[in-house]
Amino acid sequence: MIHSLFLVNSSGDIFLEKHWKSVVSRSVCDYFFEAQERASEPENVPPVIPTPHHYLISVLRHRIYFVAVIQSEVPPLFVIEFLHRVVDTFQDYFGLCTEAAIKDNVVVVYELLEEMLDNGFPLATESNILKELIKPPTILRTVVNTITGSTNVGEQLPTGQLSVVPWRRTGVKYTNNEAYFDVVEEIDAIIDKSGSTITAEIQGVIDACVKLTGMPDLTLSFMNPRLLDDVSFHPCVRFKRWEAERILSFIPPDGNFRLLSYHVSSQNLVAIPVYVKHNITFREGSSQGRFELTLGPKQTMGKAVESVLVSSQLPRGVLNANLNASQGTYTFDPVTKLLTWDVGKINPQKLPSLKGSMSLQAGASKPDENPTIIIQFKIQQMAISGLKVNRLDMYGEKYKPFKGIKYMTKAGKFQVRT
Amino acid sequence: MTDSKYFTTNKKGEIFELKAELNNEKKEKRKEAVKKVIAAMTVGKDVSSLFPDVVNCMQTDNLELKKLVYLYLMNYAKSHPLCTDCEDPNPLIRALAVRTMGCIRVDKITEYLCEPLRKCLKDEDPYVRKTAAVCVAKLHDINAQMVEDQGFLDSLRDLIADSNPMVVANAVAALSEISESHPNSNLLDLNPQNINKLLTALNECTEWGQIFILDCLSNYNPKDEREAQSICERVTPRLSHANSAVVLSAVKVLMKFLELLPKDSDYYITLLKKLSPPLVTLLSGEPEVQYVALRNINLIVQKRPEILKQEIKVFFVKYNDPIYVKLEKLDIMIRLASQANIAQVLAELKEYATEVDVDFVRKAVRAIGRCAIKVEQSAERCVSTLLDLIQTKVNYVVQEAIVVIRDIFRKYPNKYESIIATLCENLDSLDEPDARAAMIWIVGEYAERIDNADELLESFLEGFHDESTQVQLTLLTAIVKLFLKKPSETQELVQQVLSLATQDSDNPDLRDRGYIYWRLLSTDPVTAKEVVLSEKPLISEETDLIEPTLLDELICHIGSLASVYHKPPNAFVEGSHGIHRKHLPIQHGSSGPAAPVDQPQVIPSQGDLLGDLLNLDLGPPVNVPQVCSMQMGAVDLLGGGLDSLVSDPIIIMHPTLCGWKNIIYVLLSNSWSGPGLISVDFLLLLAVLNFCVLQVWLPAAKAKGLEISGTFSRRQGHMYMDMSFTNKALQHMTDFAIQFNKNSFGMIPTTPLAVHTPLMPNQSIDISLPLNTIGPVMKMDPLNNLQVAVKNNIDVFYFSCLIPLSIFFVEDGKMERQVFLATWKDIPNENELQYQIKECHLNADTVSGKLQNNNIYTIAKRNVEGQDMLYQSLKLTNGIWILAELRIQPGNPNYTVKNTLNEKVCPNLWPVLYNIIWMQLWMYYS
Repeated sequence: MIHSLFLVNSSGDIFLEKHWKSVVSRSVCDYFFEAQERASEPENVPPVIPTPHHYLISVLRHRIYFVAVIQSEVPPLFVIEFLHRVVDTFQDYFGLCTEAAIKDNVVVVYELLEEMLDNGFPLATESNILKELIKPPTILRTVVNTITGSTNVGEQLPTGQLSVVPWRRTGVKYTNNEAYFDVVEEIDAIIDKSGSTITAEIQGVIDACVKLTGMPDLTLSFMNPRLLDDVSFHPCVRFKRWEAERILSFIPPDGNFRLLSYHVSSQNLVAIPVYVKHNITFREGSSQGRFELTLGPKQTMGKAVESVLVSSQLPRGVLNANLNASQGTYTFDPVTKLLTWDVGKINPQKLPSLKGSMSLQAGASKPDENPTIIIQFKIQQMAISGLKVNRLDMYGEKYKPFKGIKYMTKAGKFQVRT
Repeated sequence: MTDSKYFTTNKKGEIFELKAELNNEKKEKRKEAVKKVIAAMTVGKDVSSLFPDVVNCMQTDNLELKKLVYLYLMNYAKSHPLCTDCEDPNPLIRALAVRTMGCIRVDKITEYLCEPLRKCLKDEDPYVRKTAAVCVAKLHDINAQMVEDQGFLDSLRDLIADSNPMVVANAVAALSEISESHPNSNLLDLNPQNINKLLTALNECTEWGQIFILDCLSNYNPKDEREAQSICERVTPRLSHANSAVVLSAVKVLMKFLELLPKDSDYYITLLKKLSPPLVTLLSGEPEVQYVALRNINLIVQKRPEILKQEIKVFFVKYNDPIYVKLEKLDIMIRLASQANIAQVLAELKEYATEVDVDFVRKAVRAIGRCAIKVEQSAERCVSTLLDLIQTKVNYVVQEAIVVIRDIFRKYPNKYESIIATLCENLDSLDEPDARAAMIWIVGEYAERIDNADELLESFLEGFHDESTQVQLTLLTAIVKLFLKKPSETQELVQQVLSLATQDSDNPDLRDRGYIYWRLLSTDPVTAKEVVLSEKPLISEETDLIEPTLLDELICHIGSLASVYHKPPNAFVEGSHGIHRKHLPIQHGSSGPAAPVDQPQVIPSQGDLLGDLLNLDLGPPVNVPQVCSMQMGAVDLLGGGLDSLVSDPIIIMHPTLCGWKNIIYVLLSNSWSGPGLISVDFLLLLAVLNFCVLQVWLPAAKAKGLEISGTFSRRQGHMYMDMSFTNKALQHMTDFAIQFNKNSFGMIPTTPLAVHTPLMPNQSIDISLPLNTIGPVMKMDPLNNLQVAVKNNIDVFYFSCLIPLSIFFVEDGKMERQVFLATWKDIPNENELQYQIKECHLNADTVSGKLQNNNIYTIAKRNVEGQDMLYQSLKLTNGIWILAELRIQPGNPNYTVKNTLNEKVCPNLWPVLYNIIWMQLWMYYS
């Protein structure tokens, strides 16, 4: 199982280590550093690295490498999933998962890690249970703790660990009982030069924030459940009921959780909400290049496309870009050659455009590579797949909860080739 | 009332005082205090509440104090708070205690923990049992023997049948971890009852528990398809789990049990359909998850391409994927490429070839070539795409493209040669050995269509010695091909390359190949042409497939490190002696024998191909005619005939050439494949040649007109070196003398070289030089190498030749039957070598007779199950015995050679044995 964990920052320093079995010398990370040096970009470090006596399995999140050390045959995905869970927990506790945040809360971090693994076996990874064991630090609590000398370690051992619904703590009480569900869809797409779609798929999730008293039993049904043929559920969802009736039936965890994620891949169901007209050319023998980009909405069902952000890695030979944006602002970093254009909202009457020229190194030959344009956007109040929640019912408790459903579509890995 | 009050205060006071003293600053005081504590202990007073204070005193370098503390510890370890906490009424405290217990890595202490642990394993509360299960694994890590002696492993096994799913999951996890370092890997005794328990627990335990249980389930072999199907049905819901590790473990179970389901059943088809979406979903996870998933999908696609054949688009590379994901995706794209999707795939690949990352671009270009070879309809489009890429003039793209175009030429001969001109334009920019070799191969292969082929090849020849071996070998072959195609203009060139290869090179592969060509060209150009320019077999469609048995094993390890490295776990996991190789279950039951799995044909790597062809194609292409009756004495015939042949050194038998043409073809014409050739293969070939031809040992060009060709023979118990000296110079030659360098068998001439009359221009003389083995010994490489110096009135010349081992077989090589039996048994297995000879249509007696003529004696003959077994012995001049077993089935004799004493002789022996049998056949043939 998992032996040790090292946290490495982007400059290659180990700033935290935790061992669950015997201590593994941090020199084992030298193999990781070697791989890190070889990798051209931080994200290119291979996730599994063999060393003579151990295996290093790492994930990169928030510019921190979480390097787990294992000694025997352990499923790598098990380790990777666990590491992601560690990151999520840190984020949950400290609001953000940065080196500074971890260093500020190093004691809580240690306590958490100790509770999450026992001898390398996962012990308590549910945030509900962990929060009973170790209370998240808040300013008020820190002040109280300093004055009274008490700690943020829970006095009582968590009850949830013994229940059949380990994800929910008992005795939850709220004055306002509310349940919110966010249906968020991300479009991953590759659009080719001519504007036709090469691949397009939707990664959807339903995130929930449930603050309900007692042990509520919820059911959620959809208008068009047939869309969901490739789904992954939170463990609370009763799979049999879904198989038989296409209804989500569950006792929710307390607080925020991801109820379900799904995947829509058949292409005719995936609408592409924006189009791009582009003309990026370099002429042989000239030190100038032309850059023209126009964005427009399509298939948006009347909803506005907002928070549009365009970025593109221009060829290495480009020295500078002299462009004119019809709306929003653009920046070009001459070192990384990264062009970003913060467009904002697309107005269908007056399409946003970015036009101008790029200067090349004098005498350099025409660049070979074609830059890829990456687009981010948001569309509120719409799930692009057309998924709609039909109704949400609650059983097992008497009160009437407040319910809310929100839809949103975002760009995931949305790329336009030129 | 007052009494008791007094009593308690008094006691409290005593303990209190001791406590204060134990924490005193002065060392002496502390020592005194500990002594008092021990004194109190000995009179039966309870001083256990002082435990922490006494333990504190352990931090001292005072030996006496230390000993006292230990005394105390020994007494109170049993009532250590941990142990008492194990009996706390609160189950959570009991669990916490048992959890902490396992972390104390002190042998002495752990012994005291056994009892409480045993209690906790049988605790009424599942939470305590679950924690105790992990504690057993911890203890096993500290003291494996103790865990076994205390019977904790049995307790763990009992927990598998526990009513609580979490307990089951942890027991399974603990057992799996223990079994990795345990010699008996079958700790988990899986039977249908247990499996049922596991499946029930699977639905209710945590995600991590599900992983442990699924991994454990995958080790089970269901007894029939019904059981397999019911397990699959209960595992399938796991495919929808949010945790990717659960999904992949479920995929493993299903992939394994699919083997057991009848292929035509509805359930089988539904299950296949269900496997695809979760695999696709894994690819929407974080890049690290994607990577592991892709490595596993690579295996799944090879085993069952049908699962993902519709999903090629999810493997299209995104611009900002990490490089390790990009490369894996590319691999899978090619595996899934088919006629239906090839247009899309090609468009993608072309796009990738313009990206920035060099490794990725190279792989993309290579992928285009693989598509052309895999999907015939797309070949034309692939070639034109490659040409477009060559036009970009990006150096590494051009080089990679040329390498793949060579493969395309091999696959589709005489189709795309029009593009050669374009390729030739890029000749100068090639600086990588692969690309240079590919280009040279193309020029050599199509020399007749390239006007300036000789100039092109000559330009490579200038820096011959700076080239890599691969390029040198290819260049040698290419120039020989060129010579055979345009002999008139390129004579000089071919001589130049042959002498560079044979004289100036240290590389045995190159030298040997050079010699073979030289001999072939100088003896019979027609045959040379037949051999070198013969039709090439087409190359295979699929490359770098994993070998099927390994693939099956890896399928059993989906989701593990093994699946990421595509190596069986015992190949790399440290200390994994407990891991037994896993196999896919075999379908059994009423449906008859296991249906053959329709695997795509696997083409082994070049090295293997060579080996295979050597074995497979050694037979003549036509049926071997019936052996005629005049078999005996054939060797003598040759022996005696040699003298008459000596004056006219030619290849004795042409028809035989076609017999081993295939070998030569593989060795020579396939040479573009790089340096995969090993000297041993050439040795074999040379040994074959040794017997049929007088070899030119010293060409006239090298020896100022003196040409020496010769062979070795053994006649009437004596060894001879039969040579023919030819004077090709304009002046006469006299004063001949010969001397051998030290060699492996201590071979020296018995008499001086007897050439009494001057050798006139254009005159030949035959000499039979008797030899013996009493000279100085020095190990040569190859073993049978002999270096010779010949002197005449003009100069001293050196050459080296290979002695056929058979001349060292002595006449008294017949071992006593008893001795033979005893020796045979004593030979260790590792000295044993086994060879196969194909297409030999001789019966046992004939073979035995032939071998006897060459001093290989048959000791015994047995008939086992219709096969003739010949047991044979032979002895070398240096006293080494070699024992052999020859098994003859009709048309397929199987030769097992067992060798005493010196195993290094053996690899050379086979060609010799082989020679002898074949020699005979050839004789009758011609």
